[in-house]
Amino acid sequence: MNPVLENTWRDPPGLLGALSAIDHKTIGKRYLVTAFAFFAGAGILAALMRLQLARPENTLIGPDLYNQLFTTHGTVMMFLFAVPVMQGMAIYLVPLMVGARSVAFPRMNAFAYWVYLFGGLFIFTCLALDFGPDAGWFSYVPLAGPQYTPGKRADVWAQMITFTELSGLLAAVVVIATVFKLRTPGMTLARLPLFVWAMLATAFMILFAMPSVMVASTALILDRLVSTHFFNPAEGGDALLWQHLFWFFGHPEVYFIFIPGLAFMSSIIPTFSRRPIFGYPAIVMSLTATAFLSFGLWVHHMFATHIPELGKSFFTAASMLIALPTAIQIFCWIATMWTGRLRLAVPMLYMLAFFFILVLGGLTGLMVASVPLDLQLHDTYFVVAHLHYVLIGGAVFPLFGAWHYWFPKITGRMMSERLGKWQFWLFFVGFNVTFYPMHHLGLRGMPRRVYTYTDEMGWGPLNLLATAGAVVIAVSMVLFVIDVVTSLRRGALAGDNPWGAGTLEWATASPPPSYNFDRQPIVRARDPLWEPPFGLVPEPTHIVGLAERTREALVTTVQDAIPDHRLVFPNPTPWPFVSAVAVSIMFLGSIFTPWAIVWGGIPVALFVTLWFWPKREETDQAIAIEKRP
Amino acid sequence: MQEVLGSAGPQAAHIESLWWFTLAICAVVFIAILVAVGLAVMRRRVRAPTPPDLSVLTKKERGAEVAVVAALGVSLAGLIVLTLASFVTDRALASLGPPDLEIDVTGHQWWWDARYDDQDKQKIFTVANEIHIPVGKPVLLRLRADDVIHSFWVPNLSGKKDMIPGREATLTLQADKPGVYRGQCAEFCGAQHAKMALLFIADEKYEEWAAAQRKTAPEPATDQQKRGRDLFVNGRCAMCHAIQGTPASARRAPDLTHLMSRQTLAAGAVPNSIGHLAGWILDPTSIKPGANMPPNPMAPDDLHALLAYLGTLK
Repeated sequence: MNPVLENTWRDPPGLLGALSAIDHKTIGKRYLVTAFAFFAGAGILAALMRLQLARPENTLIGPDLYNQLFTTHGTVMMFLFAVPVMQGMAIYLVPLMVGARSVAFPRMNAFAYWVYLFGGLFIFTCLALDFGPDAGWFSYVPLAGPQYTPGKRADVWAQMITFTELSGLLAAVVVIATVFKLRTPGMTLARLPLFVWAMLATAFMILFAMPSVMVASTALILDRLVSTHFFNPAEGGDALLWQHLFWFFGHPEVYFIFIPGLAFMSSIIPTFSRRPIFGYPAIVMSLTATAFLSFGLWVHHMFATHIPELGKSFFTAASMLIALPTAIQIFCWIATMWTGRLRLAVPMLYMLAFFFILVLGGLTGLMVASVPLDLQLHDTYFVVAHLHYVLIGGAVFPLFGAWHYWFPKITGRMMSERLGKWQFWLFFVGFNVTFYPMHHLGLRGMPRRVYTYTDEMGWGPLNLLATAGAVVIAVSMVLFVIDVVTSLRRGALAGDNPWGAGTLEWATASPPPSYNFDRQPIVRARDPLWEPPFGLVPEPTHIVGLAERTREALVTTVQDAIPDHRLVFPNPTPWPFVSAVAVSIMFLGSIFTPWAIVWGGIPVALFVTLWFWPKREETDQAIAIEKRP
Repeated sequence: MQEVLGSAGPQAAHIESLWWFTLAICAVVFIAILVAVGLAVMRRRVRAPTPPDLSVLTKKERGAEVAVVAALGVSLAGLIVLTLASFVTDRALASLGPPDLEIDVTGHQWWWDARYDDQDKQKIFTVANEIHIPVGKPVLLRLRADDVIHSFWVPNLSGKKDMIPGREATLTLQADKPGVYRGQCAEFCGAQHAKMALLFIADEKYEEWAAAQRKTAPEPATDQQKRGRDLFVNGRCAMCHAIQGTPASARRAPDLTHLMSRQTLAAGAVPNSIGHLAGWILDPTSIKPGANMPPNPMAPDDLHALLAYLGTLK
């Protein structure tokens, strides 16, 4: 522990300090906790839907509430859980993995978190007040348009998108800038941990995909609020335009949920196989290829529309092709495990579950990639099964593994192996019992998004089975919470590197100090803690000569991480929080009147100005260390 | 009766055979990967963190490289085969001959309108929620939507096709086996998406049925029936519904000219019986909450008269 550095880098104490916090670990933890809370909330909505569908002609939940439930479930899981939880992981871990003291733009990072939090609270509050969105997480027009969803429900959805997009885009910028400019010397792109590669690819995808849905949701709000006719066919608008814009974002979105899952796999498998990963270059190229290809698949969500058949064929081929990069990674992981010495701790169990669940989901993905098959399977429970196999198997199981894996780093304590194994097996069994039958339901003609069905359709028994599986999942989630809470208090002390892993985040204390590293290491290999063997490290081993009494950090070059210049980071401040409140008020107000943009913009401009207003003291300090660090 | 794997016509049959082919390939891949993972897991295990094996950094891992490249080659071949199979099926789906019959199907919240087109304008007629077609003959459906997006789907006969407002899509299908095939809207369309079904009937006596549908509604015979018709034509019913041969000709809601020839009411929500019909007229939302038909409270005498008249619409 270095008290000078601690004094320089820590967040201030107290409530104001909590609102001013900009430490990436604090913000990262907030992302994780918030995202898990939203995950639990959306999970409860799913459980309610399963109860309603447990038997034919059930009257527990009517269509009005059911439609709000499935819309909110999908929206929250996609926008408020899956993407932010991965960004939270990146914000916590990327600076540690690249040997930096902070993320780039730490204040903007805090701002992004607050906007995300307010957006999430907003949609749950609206659901509780019975005006939750009810036009589906995809909000197809004209159904979501002013004529067929009067009231404010669709505006709530569209405005929630604005919140999460803003936050997601800012967080992506933070990750990209951190990876490109704040890597410790020696960490060339060729030595970048695969986790960081994946998060970098994800951040770029977010940057290119999200503007598309932002355009769409803004146009929807305009249609609803000031009677433009972007999507109104009667006035020359186009209903299909919405689908193109939405899925041009929506398909990459699936992959920026899935690629972080791959990141966890590529981090955890080598550690528990006790060897460096097999095929590092192939995996990097696969990640990049996936990121590019994922922008060429969106039409496979629209095969049932009247797009020309030849055009659809292109998207069939592209959708088949994207299986290849994932296959390459799967083969590399199998090769890593095959040639290593495997240790089956809890995180590794979750990795193994990926091979069962994600592979099955990927194969059903090949089925729905085919136009003729999709025409039958599209919008049936087969797709519900497919997407949950892909997203839960490809992202949530790896995420739980990642949680078990990095929990000791984040909290300093181990989670329980015994409870962890129970939770894993309950989750695994419960998941398959819930979602596997849905393949059969789809083949037997059950469409998605129906609040009930008649007995004569014969869908009752399989639905009951699925509901039973959901109960098992719920039990496993309760076990998980118990495990987290008890481990926080009584878990075994972890030490710096409990798993014997090779990447830099394990080189510092658990939990890491506010300044991350006592001495920032210089990197000479892909797994700096493994190679070159201890004692053979050539000089210099650490960065020296940076000021300790100001937040000074070293900026390095993009490709080879050669020291470039010194940079002083900003101090904690409550203005990002205040600005986020102002922005939220502006967004909320604009649901009711377009004037909210005008009047709401004034406080936003004011607070952002105050946020960036330079302090004389800080400027003097910066000039001083400019002359003499 | 609403099954993807119960094809009753060439379109669904093409897709069904593609399904089994794809399933077989995918099953083999799935098992192969699970076996590989299983063997990898069982090979060498340790209980605690051992020092990492760094020898792999210096030696060439020939065996693993060959295995990964081979697996990649097999995957690529499999994907090409699946893609080609999909294209071949696509082609087969487009090869159904010129249609014998053309029907305009329009999706509404939450029912289906079907207008049987004909060269001879006199022969055009309209039904709702129950579509009869001849057996063994290609039928062309022109699909439209009136309000929001719906999707036409009768899985035993064909894949689905979206009905998008402002656009027209077509779907050609054929039923080889006579029977009743159920379909259901497959694109979320609002409150009663769940209860927007239709019956697609491959009818051996299609011509007879069509001839009956072309007739206008019979004149009411009894006083009670006459009173029922007057109630219908002069009351609220005629603001949305049509009955051919009477002044009621609105198009907002299903054409009721031959209501009693249909098997279900309210787009497959309930069987067509006088009891259900009475319940539906009095309070549609008890059967379909959110339905667009308003409740019609009326005196018992009026209701009986109306039901008596509607009962004649065979």
